[in-house]
Amino acid sequence: MKIVVCVKQVPDTKGGVQFNPDGTLNRAAMLAIMNPDDKAGLEAALRLKDQYGAEVTVVTMGLPKAADVLREALAMGADKAILVTDRVLGGADTWATSSTIAAAIRNLEYDLIITGRQAIDGDTAQVGPQISEHLDIPVISYAQDIKIDGDSVIVQRQFEDRYHVLKAKMPCLITALSELNEPRYMTPGGIFDACDAEITTWGRADLKDLDDANIGLAGSPTKIAKASDKVRKGAGEKVVLDPEEAVSYLMGKLTEKHIV
Amino acid sequence: MNLEEYKGVYVFAEQVDNKLSGIAFELLGKAKDLAADLDAEVAAVLIGSDVIGLADELAAYGADKVIVVDDPQLKEYRTEPYAHALASVINEYKPEIMLVGATAIGRDLGPRVSARVATGLTADCTQLEIGDFPLNPVPGKEQKHNQLLMTRPAFGGNTIATIACPDNRPQMATVRPGVMQKIEKIEGAKANVIEYNPGFVPNDKYVEIMDIVKSVSETVDIMDAKILVSGGRGVGSPENFAMLEELAAALGGEVSCSRAVVDNGWKPKDLQVGQTGKTVRPQVYFAIGISGAIQHVAGMEESDLIIAINKDESAPIFDVADYGIVGDLNKIVPELTKQIKAAVAAK
Repeated sequence: MKIVVCVKQVPDTKGGVQFNPDGTLNRAAMLAIMNPDDKAGLEAALRLKDQYGAEVTVVTMGLPKAADVLREALAMGADKAILVTDRVLGGADTWATSSTIAAAIRNLEYDLIITGRQAIDGDTAQVGPQISEHLDIPVISYAQDIKIDGDSVIVQRQFEDRYHVLKAKMPCLITALSELNEPRYMTPGGIFDACDAEITTWGRADLKDLDDANIGLAGSPTKIAKASDKVRKGAGEKVVLDPEEAVSYLMGKLTEKHIV
Repeated sequence: MNLEEYKGVYVFAEQVDNKLSGIAFELLGKAKDLAADLDAEVAAVLIGSDVIGLADELAAYGADKVIVVDDPQLKEYRTEPYAHALASVINEYKPEIMLVGATAIGRDLGPRVSARVATGLTADCTQLEIGDFPLNPVPGKEQKHNQLLMTRPAFGGNTIATIACPDNRPQMATVRPGVMQKIEKIEGAKANVIEYNPGFVPNDKYVEIMDIVKSVSETVDIMDAKILVSGGRGVGSPENFAMLEELAAALGGEVSCSRAVVDNGWKPKDLQVGQTGKTVRPQVYFAIGISGAIQHVAGMEESDLIIAINKDESAPIFDVADYGIVGDLNKIVPELTKQIKAAVAAK
C-alpha cells in the first residue's frame, strides 16, 4: 500500500502571534512547527504502515525552509519526502495550493492520501477536500478512526452530534483530526538517518497537468482586500474584592442590567 | 466566464434528519441584506430526500425562491452526491453569491464544490458586505463595484482579513454558525419552489454508510442559550462544575466550557466554546476560571455582557470582560447563586 501524507509548516500560535511594525505577521519571530492535524495524519499513516505494511511519502509545499517538517516526518518513520517549492507558486490561496499539490501527487503512486483537517494558520479546512476533487477521488473528512478492509478504507467521520462509519474504495483521501491519535516521537536513529536522507525537491517544471492560470498569487481566485490586527472589545471594569464584596458588586450589576 | 450571467444570492439550506439547521435561517437573514444591496433575489438550495415540505419554512425566513433537489441518494449527507447536487444547481442557475454554513457538513461540501465549479471559497466568515475591490481605487487598475467582501479571522483569531473573489463566480463563502442573525419569521410567506434533479449515478466516489452513531446527549445547544455560565481549567474538577450548574439554573441559563475542560474529559465537546468549539453570543457570558486563550475569546467575544471571575489578575480574559472579578471562584460562585435565588424568590 502506498500512502501520501500532506503536511504543512506553520507558525506556532500557541504562545500568541508576533507582528511586524507594518502589521504583517512576523513569521521569523515565531517557532515553525508541523501543523498538528497533519502530524496526526502522519501518525495515522505510520500506524497503518506498522499494521499492514505501507510506503509512506510526505509532501509539503512551501519555502525551502519547509524541508524541516519533512525531516521531522522522516525521523518519525516516513519513507520518502517531497518538497514542492518555487517562487511562482507563492501567494497561493486554497484553490491554487490544492491544484498545485494535486499536480505533485499525480507524479506519485498512491492508494491513500491523508491530510490534516486544517492548518492552524489559515484555518480553512479546504485544501484536503479540494485535492480530492482535483484528483477525482472520494474524500472522507474529519476522520477519528481509520481501518483498512481489502481495497477499501473504513473511517469514522466525526460530525457535531454523531459519527458516520463510512467505507470508501481506494484511492481515497482522508482528512485527519488532531484528536485521531497521539503522534509518536522521532527516534534518535530516525533523527540521525533523517539528517542524511534525500529530500526530493520539485519546482514548477516538475509538475505536469497544471495550468499556469491556476498557480501562485495570480492564479488564486480569492484576493486579500485588507488584513489587520483584530480589534478587540476593550477591557471593562476590573475589581479585586474579597468574596463578600465581589458578590454584592456582581448582584448590583446583574440587577442594574435587569438580568436578575 | 461571463460574470454578468451570475445573479442572485443563494444559500445552502442545510438539513439533518429532514430538519433544517439553524444556520440555514441565519444565512437567509444575511442573504436578504446582501440581496437588497444588489437588488437581487434570495434563493435557498434545499438538498435531501423527502425535503420539499421544508420549503415554506425557508420562505418564512426570507427565501424568495427555493430550489429543491430531492432524491433517495441524498437521504444521509454524503460528500459526493451532495457535491454533485450543489455544483449542478450552481452550473444551472448561476448564482452571483453562494453561502454555505461553516458546519461539519458545510466545511466538507464547500471546498469540494468550489473546486468543481472552479471558484474561490472564503472559509469561516464572520462578516459579509457588498463593496468595492480594491477597497480604494488604484491608478491603472479597474476598481470593481458590487463585490462580496468577506471578512474572516485567521491565525487563531489574531488577525482578520477581508477577502474578495473578483474574477470568478459564484463568490463563495462558508459562514460561522451563530454570527449572522435570522430575520423575524414572516408567517404564511411562500417562495417560488423549483424542483431540479440533475440525476444521480452512484460510482466509486459514493462512499457507503455502514453505520451512524448518534451521540446520546441530553445537553441543549449552547448556541441558543441567552445566559451561559462557562467554566475553564480553573474550576478545578468535574465535581466543581456542580457550582456552575447551580448558578446557571438560578439564572435560567446553561453551562458551557473551555477547551481545556473538554481535553480533561470533564465535559463533552458539544459544550465547548471557542475556535474549535462553538461560537456563542448570549446576552450574558460568565467566564469562570477561564484564562481566556485567544482561541476561546474568538468564540465568545460577541456576547452582550461578559463577566469574568478568575484568581489570576493577569488572565487575558479580563481584557474582554465588561466586569472582571479577581477572586476565588469557590467562594464567590456559591454565594452569588444563593443571593440570585433569594432575589428571584423575593419577586
